[in-house]
Amino acid sequence: MKWSGEHAVAAVLRVIAFSSLASLLLITIFIFKEGVPFLFSHGAAHFLLSSRWDPMAGEFGVLAMIVASLVVTFGAMVVGAPLGIAGAVFLNEFAPRWVARVLKPAIELLAGIPSVVFGFIGVMVLAPLIRNHLGGPGLSVLCASVILGVMILPTVMSISIDALASVPNSFREGALALGATRWQSVHMVVLKAARSGIVAAVVLGLGRAVGETMAVIMVAGNTVRIPISILDPVRTLTANIAIEMGHATGAHRDALFATGVVLFLIIMALNGIALGAMKRGAR
Amino acid sequence: MRVRRQLEQAVAVAALGGATLLAVVVLIFILVFVLSKGLRIVTLDFLFQAPRDMGRAGGIFPALVGSIILPLAAVCIALPAGVGTAVYLAEYTAEGRLTRLIRTGTDCLAGIPSILFGLFGFIFFVTVMGMGWSLLAGALTLAIMVLPTIIRTSEEAIRSVPRSYREVSYSLGATRWETVWKVVLPSALPGIVTGVMLSVGRCVGETAAVIFTAGVALRIPMSAFDSVRTLAVHFYILAREGISMENAYGTAAVLVLAVLLVNTVSYGLMHRFIARRER
Amino acid sequence: MKGTMIFVRIAALVLLAVGALLSVGACARRRGEVITVAGSTAFQPFAEKLAEQFMRKRPDLRISVQGGGSALGIQTALSGAAQIGMADLVELPPEAASLTAIVVARDGIAVIVNPANTVSNLSSEQVRAVFSGEIANWRQVGGDDRPIRVVSREAGSGTRTSFEQILGNFTLAPAAIVQDSNGTVRETVANDRDAIGYLSHGLMTDRVKAISVDGIACDDEAVIAGRYRLVRPVFFLVKGAPEGGVRDFIDYVLSDEGQKTIKDNGLLPAGTEARME
Repeated sequence: MKWSGEHAVAAVLRVIAFSSLASLLLITIFIFKEGVPFLFSHGAAHFLLSSRWDPMAGEFGVLAMIVASLVVTFGAMVVGAPLGIAGAVFLNEFAPRWVARVLKPAIELLAGIPSVVFGFIGVMVLAPLIRNHLGGPGLSVLCASVILGVMILPTVMSISIDALASVPNSFREGALALGATRWQSVHMVVLKAARSGIVAAVVLGLGRAVGETMAVIMVAGNTVRIPISILDPVRTLTANIAIEMGHATGAHRDALFATGVVLFLIIMALNGIALGAMKRGAR
Repeated sequence: MRVRRQLEQAVAVAALGGATLLAVVVLIFILVFVLSKGLRIVTLDFLFQAPRDMGRAGGIFPALVGSIILPLAAVCIALPAGVGTAVYLAEYTAEGRLTRLIRTGTDCLAGIPSILFGLFGFIFFVTVMGMGWSLLAGALTLAIMVLPTIIRTSEEAIRSVPRSYREVSYSLGATRWETVWKVVLPSALPGIVTGVMLSVGRCVGETAAVIFTAGVALRIPMSAFDSVRTLAVHFYILAREGISMENAYGTAAVLVLAVLLVNTVSYGLMHRFIARRER
Repeated sequence: MKGTMIFVRIAALVLLAVGALLSVGACARRRGEVITVAGSTAFQPFAEKLAEQFMRKRPDLRISVQGGGSALGIQTALSGAAQIGMADLVELPPEAASLTAIVVARDGIAVIVNPANTVSNLSSEQVRAVFSGEIANWRQVGGDDRPIRVVSREAGSGTRTSFEQILGNFTLAPAAIVQDSNGTVRETVANDRDAIGYLSHGLMTDRVKAISVDGIACDDEAVIAGRYRLVRPVFFLVKGAPEGGVRDFIDYVLSDEGQKTIKDNGLLPAGTEARME
């Protein structure tokens, strides 16, 4: 009696598991199904390498957006990674335990603040600062990079802390026993040991920056042009999809899905690098 | 020689501490900025009244309701599916290439940006399936978005239940399902709840995916097919359109406080879970 | 065995609840009680206000107003995701030909600058040159020696399409900042003393200054008389002939009360030729 119930449950669970996996696959398949044919019919090379985006004229080139996404993400890394890693090293290696226990969750709270609030502060506080002191419209690569950097800081920091914490204490003790100062043991031994985990942390942070939409729409200016200076306004791939989505019919909509495909591939690549780095570290 | 190394260390620690301090200062600045301008707007009236004049006056009640109902609906859909999948992966299949493949896939999908979920949800649920801008479309889209998180945290929680628990249960004659339902899941509960709280937090702060699927209607939803506005969306619209900066700050304050609450609770739970595990 | 029974019972309850919710929702939908109005962001706040007033008279109907831009209004009216599409366009594109178009209001497009800007008038050629990027410094149009920052709507906005069409189908300056709604254009211009943009007249506030074009200010009288060139109609687009709740709402918008609301809030009434038969 009991065992027929067992079989039923196992069957139900199998169905649930495969359905949830199927729904996850559904998104991927859907985006590719809508976007890839466009790449074939309009030419992937032209799509990726042209910087003219003029849907009304049938011109679909996302080069300016790819450059914008890459530049803004790189800028976010310049802002967020050093701060995140420095914070991780400080909290895990040097700070007294009570300080770490208070500050770590506090900084991770940053991760929970909605992106629209970050964007808002960017528009109200940072953009005018940039405009009045550095020039340009204020809504720019610089503004977006700083805001995104602050947004990825908690991610980089908490994963780096995990990486540092998983370095066995024997490494530290060995270095100290050989006469090194704490700092020397950290930067000569521990950091090297935790390197792949920290790389993974940064790459995951980059993945988050590339995918950010709302904050970027608010602070980057949304101009379709390859930026020449960090004070220039730009439009990222994500902003392009969000801004144009409602308006798109026919080829325009397919072009947006193709943009989605490009974005998807970039993020998958980043995730793959991060996972690879983490696995290498675990060995 | 020794002095130089000590000096080097002092400088390094100061720099690192300074960087950490900078990060903390930024956090405090954001909280102060939003709460100082917004908290005074947050009265009981503000929370429970309906908005008038497109949000220029009145309160934020429908958006508040939306921010509670939408994540709740999304979790109601994602939780059984996610926990069921995690149970299947952890208890009913052997560790092998298939499970590793599934896990990698889930990890990858966790990285898809929310705008792509919004795009998918708009085309698939709103347009093709004809749900229109609705609570249902929004909930389904958000559910798929948080599903990887729930699967991952649930599986981790289930796997970390000590083997001995299961062995004792089997030795008492329980079947596999009885073991899972009565022994494993209850022990894994704090970890699962943490995953749920993280997902709720993400849903509450989500804007891109919500605008394109649940719409922006400023009314309390009466059915699953009604459009609904969440606090994050309401804030975005008020702030961007310059409809009412005061109310925008007020909405932001409520939003930030809600997120703080959800995060604090989930941290508390997570620490209790870890503490219990280490016992 | 008991565990399985409890599981089965709970699962059944959940399924029943979900099914009930869905069917209630589905019934509501089929009776046509929820009317979705989507499209022009310029008209969206007015549609929301009109919907609010209309629903007070007709509590049995629920109207849900969404934005997204005129192109989305056309698209969703065609696909059925919206029962009424809103579009503020000078001429409707060919894909809208199969939809019934009803003019519900008229709207002027104001050219706006920051209140601190000394320039108060531009000729239409100058406006065109500024927005296409040919003129890049305020000095060239009688202002201070400062760079001009053009702020525009996104491609697909009715306001933008009308603006560009009326001024002779020019291409927007590549360096222009793009924002996705009238309100954000207004806020951007209000915060930047070198900015210039365009805005639906109905959404003007004193945070920005409207300049006159060819010596004619963008006010109601000039727009109605046709002297101010930058005007476009606001259409409600319906698939087929409007009926039921949709027709009632459109009737309300075109009624004296509806048109008065439109007028009181800064837009222009439709004019006599817009009455529905």
